Amino acid sequence: MGDNYVISEIEKDHILFLLEQNKRSDNRELNQIREVNIETHYVGKAEGSAVVTLGDTKLIVGVKAILGSPFPDTPNTGVITISAELSPLASPYFEIGPPSNAAIELARVTDRAIRESHCIDLSKLCIVPEKSVWILFIDFYILNDAGNLFDAATLGAIAALATAKIPKTKVGEDGVVEVLEEKEPLKIDHYPVSVTSYKVGKFNIFDANFKEERVSNSRLTFGFDEDDHIVSVQKGRQGVYTPEEIKKILRESLLVSKTLRKELMKALSKK
Amino acid sequence: MAGDGTVQLIDEKGKRVDGRDLDELRPLSIKIGVLKNADGSAEIRMGKNIIVAAVYGPRELHPKHRALPDRALIQCFYRMATFSVNDRKSPAPSRREKEISMILADSLSSVVLTEKYPRTAIDVYMQVLQADGGTRCASLIAASVALADAGVPMRGIVSSVAAGLINDKVALDLYDLEDQKGSGDMPLAYAPTLDEISLLQLDGIFTIDQFEESLDLAVKGAKEIFEIQKNALKQKYTDIRADVKEVPKAEAKEVPKAEAKEVPKAEAKEEPKA
Repeated sequence: MGDNYVISEIEKDHILFLLEQNKRSDNRELNQIREVNIETHYVGKAEGSAVVTLGDTKLIVGVKAILGSPFPDTPNTGVITISAELSPLASPYFEIGPPSNAAIELARVTDRAIRESHCIDLSKLCIVPEKSVWILFIDFYILNDAGNLFDAATLGAIAALATAKIPKTKVGEDGVVEVLEEKEPLKIDHYPVSVTSYKVGKFNIFDANFKEERVSNSRLTFGFDEDDHIVSVQKGRQGVYTPEEIKKILRESLLVSKTLRKELMKALSKK
Repeated sequence: MAGDGTVQLIDEKGKRVDGRDLDELRPLSIKIGVLKNADGSAEIRMGKNIIVAAVYGPRELHPKHRALPDRALIQCFYRMATFSVNDRKSPAPSRREKEISMILADSLSSVVLTEKYPRTAIDVYMQVLQADGGTRCASLIAASVALADAGVPMRGIVSSVAAGLINDKVALDLYDLEDQKGSGDMPLAYAPTLDEISLLQLDGIFTIDQFEESLDLAVKGAKEIFEIQKNALKQKYTDIRADVKEVPKAEAKEVPKAEAKEVPKAEAKEEPKA
């Protein structure tokens, strides 16, 4: 994301110079996240939606539910599918065109946290086994890329799902599924959050801003559920970690996940 | 996607469905230099996985605007054959294949001395001919030795294996059934000589302890695989030597001793005069 952006050596040195004094360019602690704001019920036509801001990073997530057929190997479960659009309106470094590798990675890593945490019981999305299930499309549009799209995207996805309402259905005698006017809330069983850190020099920083991301060569994302289980991991970029570093970052990330989840639950309690 | 973990995958003796112990790798063999046209190539068989990797480059990069001014660009293309899985796979590259290609390229870039070949491309093609779980790890093992076979300078060799959860126990190198019915999978790439993890992914539900155990087990597995990679590379040259020995020796021409000695002497005597 923003891979076409070249950061100047002097700015790189400055970010490192600050980190050596335990400081960051925006006056945060190394593990301090930016201000989080989550606004749900943003788009009335979507089944669920949320606008997330994380500092200057801003994105919108919408959930649409349509009736479809299940996969042949999972006849009794509904389907979720996640896509991400890195729209050029969000950054001078995004281009119009088919999904870039960065967009595919963002969607797939978010998908992993949502799917593997079993936050939605997919069997409840089944209406007629082998015939008719709900397919939930969870789509992101990035509106402003100021760093850490991964964590913002997961917050948005859960917020949109937790506030989504799915139409009730009636199955006729002939097996035809009728979609009713009345809607019911989608039940969420878990609240996963993702925590991404970047390695800059020997330092590991959380909720990196755009320029900090550009300085770094290694990214590590952990997804946690509320019981401190790890539900997803993705190491990104060409940098490397030792096994010991990964164990240390895991513990730091777990602490950050508590802060993020607190913000998420605060926003959801307001709905 | 991980399963619900309800299928019995470990018997009362602690053996897995395919008879392995929890920390045991599948049978693994690597053959180097299997393709004539490629600069470097390798075929790996890991359990029922069959994957061929080919390396071309460093060579000119197209389109040229993607070239990096200070180093080579490593491009990976991980593709599954249509007949490699139970259902026919669509030949169009999926989002999964694109993501895997990207993270494999990142992993290999961490060891290749890319700064030696500015503005060029090093292309790595990996074709999965038969898939049986853990194909991204097996592809990376093959790609690593194919790069070495191509003579691309590297800081170390990347090795790779997954650890995962079956019936809530940590196991090494999951195969297809365990991947489907188990409750978690964690592929990892590790360069043993450098102590560097260059690829790490996870899906499933792991406790902190299970994660750390999986990490340690995968690192141990990668070290075992590294030895097989080294031996495969050595084997190529052992084979060449064996081939050379089979060719009957051309008979050396006997040079008469007297003549051989006299010629240099004569020259040596003349030189100071001239």
